Amino acid sequence: MIFTAFATAQAQEHNGDYAFDDEIESDGGKVNTKEEIDSYIDHHLKDSHDFHLFSYSDDAGVRKHVGFSLPVIVWSSEGLKFFMSSKFHHDDDGKVLVNDGDATFTKLHSKIYELDKGAAAIKFDADHHPTNAHRVFDMSITKSVFGLLFIGLLMLLVFGALAKQYRTKKIPTGFGRVLEPLVLYVRDEIARPNIGETKYRKYMGYLLTVFFLIWISNLLGLTPFGFNITGQIAVTVCLALFTFIIVQFSGNKDYWMHIFWMPGVPVLMKIALIPIELIGLLTKPFSLLVRLFANITAGHVVVMGLIALMITLKAQFGIVGSTGLSIFLTLFLSVIELLVAFLQAFIFTMLSALFIGMAVAEHDHHEHAGADEDDVDEVRERFI
Amino acid sequence: METAYNLIGAGLIVIGGGIGLGQIGGKAMEAIARQPEAAGKIQTAMIIIGALLEGLAFGALLLGKN
Repeated sequence: MIFTAFATAQAQEHNGDYAFDDEIESDGGKVNTKEEIDSYIDHHLKDSHDFHLFSYSDDAGVRKHVGFSLPVIVWSSEGLKFFMSSKFHHDDDGKVLVNDGDATFTKLHSKIYELDKGAAAIKFDADHHPTNAHRVFDMSITKSVFGLLFIGLLMLLVFGALAKQYRTKKIPTGFGRVLEPLVLYVRDEIARPNIGETKYRKYMGYLLTVFFLIWISNLLGLTPFGFNITGQIAVTVCLALFTFIIVQFSGNKDYWMHIFWMPGVPVLMKIALIPIELIGLLTKPFSLLVRLFANITAGHVVVMGLIALMITLKAQFGIVGSTGLSIFLTLFLSVIELLVAFLQAFIFTMLSALFIGMAVAEHDHHEHAGADEDDVDEVRERFI
Repeated sequence: METAYNLIGAGLIVIGGGIGLGQIGGKAMEAIARQPEAAGKIQTAMIIIGALLEGLAFGALLLGKN
């Protein structure tokens, strides 16, 4: 609710700015041909420096964009620079230059470039790479960063409130009643069976965070704001890296033994297994990150392709027919995507728990008995 | 020509992944029919294997794309 209100306010605030800037738009931002649809989908899959909700032509034929801009923060040769992305006027081809002090910036394919000293316009070589500009260290609050910050704040508020309720009462009230079963689901279906009764508590924080982060960002991707957070490979790489680090740091003696000196096989085999196990170590997080990234990307591509049907099939089915078909198919696929959003969050958390469980598993040692388990039971009793 | 090879490779990956997912799904159905009380556990295991297979197929697709 807060977010919607904020978004609407921002959109209204910037509508004015955008409406007057549009003589710069040459093609008008219309999407009609197959190539334009392709580039539109490509553009959506990338992170961007502003929210673009929709465009339309007014009575005078001027193209207007509705959306709101986000701050651009870059580390350039002139130091830290800060300005709003509305200064780029929706340009994405390096045509609009923004001067900030002594540095000149331009935006090319959703990336910010700084022009070399003395350059008045960006020049390209044969492969359409800029010759007189270079990339800058970009710390902008982009769409995905904004989404992640929003999710972080939301989770902090909602789960903080839930946690606080347990201090005074045994059963949460209000929205906490919706969240408690989800938290218990992660605990009882994901953490406990995979990590083990005695050790799962330590990892609950991470598993819950990662589960809800992925789920909410997948769901945000289905809203018309055009978020594609888990479809950014940087985000999934980072999440998989967290899992990888946690697994390595919680690995016990047996875990490392199974990698470097596999018990129960001949010596020659032990040596031959080392590289295989090391590759296995790396493929686990790799498959985690690729699965999430590819699933979400594929979902977005198919949804946008189905939306584009209303343009591509206009000649065959007429405006009403193609739009109706597009809406029906998009609705159908969006419902599947709702399931995928949950499933991918579940799978990521489940496999993280599985890998952690493999790293902390005890093999016929029975070192932990008695006092240790009693403590855990006691703590759990208090928690419930 | 390279694109053609890539497309053939992508097709093969999808065929392989499809066969694998079919096997997993079919066997899981059989198992659930035989032991309906273990449906939950079988389903979880099925989803894990399915996800691992899917990760492999997607990885191959991404590598093949370039």
